[in-house]
Amino acid sequence: MNIPIFVLLNLLKVAVVTVIFLMAVAYTVLLERKLVGRIQNRWGPSRVGPFGLLQPLADGLKLFLKEDLMPSAVFRPLFIMAPIIALSCALISIGVIPFGENIRWHGVDMFQIADLNIGLLVILGVTSVGIYGIALSGWSSNNKYSLLGSLRSSAQMVSYELALGLSVIGVVLRTGSLRLRDIVNLQNTHGILSWNIFGGLQIVAFFIYLCAAFAETNRTPFDLPEAESELTAGYHTEYSSMKFAMFFMAEYANMITVGCVATVLFLGGWSSPFGDLFPAFGGPVAQALLPVFWFVLKVFSFLFLYVWVRGTLPRFRYDQLMGFGWKFLLPIAVLNVMATSLVLAFHG
Amino acid sequence: MNVAIFILFALLCLGGALNLLLQRHPINSALSLIVVMSSLSVLYLLLGAEFLALAQIIVYSGAIMVLFVFVIMLLNAGEEERTHGSRAAYFAGIPGVLALFAVLAGTFVTLRLSFGGTRLGAFLVTTGDLSRVLFRNLLLPFEVTSVLILVAILGAVVLARKEH
Repeated sequence: MNIPIFVLLNLLKVAVVTVIFLMAVAYTVLLERKLVGRIQNRWGPSRVGPFGLLQPLADGLKLFLKEDLMPSAVFRPLFIMAPIIALSCALISIGVIPFGENIRWHGVDMFQIADLNIGLLVILGVTSVGIYGIALSGWSSNNKYSLLGSLRSSAQMVSYELALGLSVIGVVLRTGSLRLRDIVNLQNTHGILSWNIFGGLQIVAFFIYLCAAFAETNRTPFDLPEAESELTAGYHTEYSSMKFAMFFMAEYANMITVGCVATVLFLGGWSSPFGDLFPAFGGPVAQALLPVFWFVLKVFSFLFLYVWVRGTLPRFRYDQLMGFGWKFLLPIAVLNVMATSLVLAFHG
Repeated sequence: MNVAIFILFALLCLGGALNLLLQRHPINSALSLIVVMSSLSVLYLLLGAEFLALAQIIVYSGAIMVLFVFVIMLLNAGEEERTHGSRAAYFAGIPGVLALFAVLAGTFVTLRLSFGGTRLGAFLVTTGDLSRVLFRNLLLPFEVTSVLILVAILGAVVLARKEH
């Protein structure tokens, strides 16, 4: 193996994935604005570029050029650190997600940045550290709305993390591995029938994961940390310019990551829904890129669902939110783990 | 390479621990504790205990420290007031700590050979290995520990319950 080429290719891979990820974040914002617009019977952004396709560029430029206001009574070091923590945690977890088959070129895995034995745990760990971004931003802003928003958010994320963690255990039990490639490979045999959500009978786990993931990313119907009618803007009330943009990007990056994890765990990752029904076509390049297409399509439908839910459901009340997490999702998740282990013990 | 990473994170860990003691604001101390926990997890990773490392991040850096920060924010704890400390602390405390440190260090140095050793990065404990040990050889202690934690939770509930 040629070491300089190996290092160079790896750096290139990281750069490419990061750029694509950030572009995807920008366009998810546009997707949301367009879709929510159509759901509410209006057009959404349509002026900048064809169909408003250049809108993210204009938004980014606007945020970048805005004055960076620093309120006088904030706790400076944490006020600056909080958005950095939020965004970096949101960006790290994409590093363990496999986008396509394990195809190597000069010894470099083309479609995954890091193939870890404990990839799933890394994602859970990074998510749990990401809470600090929100918790510290609210506290350091010296603003009661921000503080309330961040208190709500920390409590909500800690509560739903339990349900989230338990919901993926069924999948891990079935696979017997925490490596994301192993989890996808198990679902790769008979197309849609062997995906964990159908063939693995993990549909309950998928439902729990879905609810917990919506709560973890602070999205409607669980967007209480930033409930604008009661908390102005929640934890990022005092932020402006790029610091606000970092929170904004972190939220959408988390949405995409959650979509990627759901795809990998429950929807068969990069595997085609038809299995080997159709003969292979095209050259090796087409065969390498087709799985990536399926992966992107699945993540896209997950993001579509996110926006659809936002346009449809009203917000929970806070006690309803906590009750739902602790009294409903958690017991079901425990039952799902027990049922899956029993089935695996007697039939597996 | 491994040694360099070890030294870096061991220093970070010690620095975090010192900072935890020296900071006057509780939130800064809590954040230093997070640094300590996270650098410990890197040390676990260097020893090949990958599951333990990530469990450390998820449980300690993530869940438990979030609750610490949460409580500090909720009570809006202010800065600690510095006093000169009692005379007993200077005359008994510091020699006591030094003596304890000497005893522990002496014990580790004498027992080092009988523990056996491994080189950094030469060893990997997979999640499967760990769970086989936990759920076969050490099942009873493991379950008893969980009962212990349950007792602690029940105690907290009893203490926090309002009298009718």
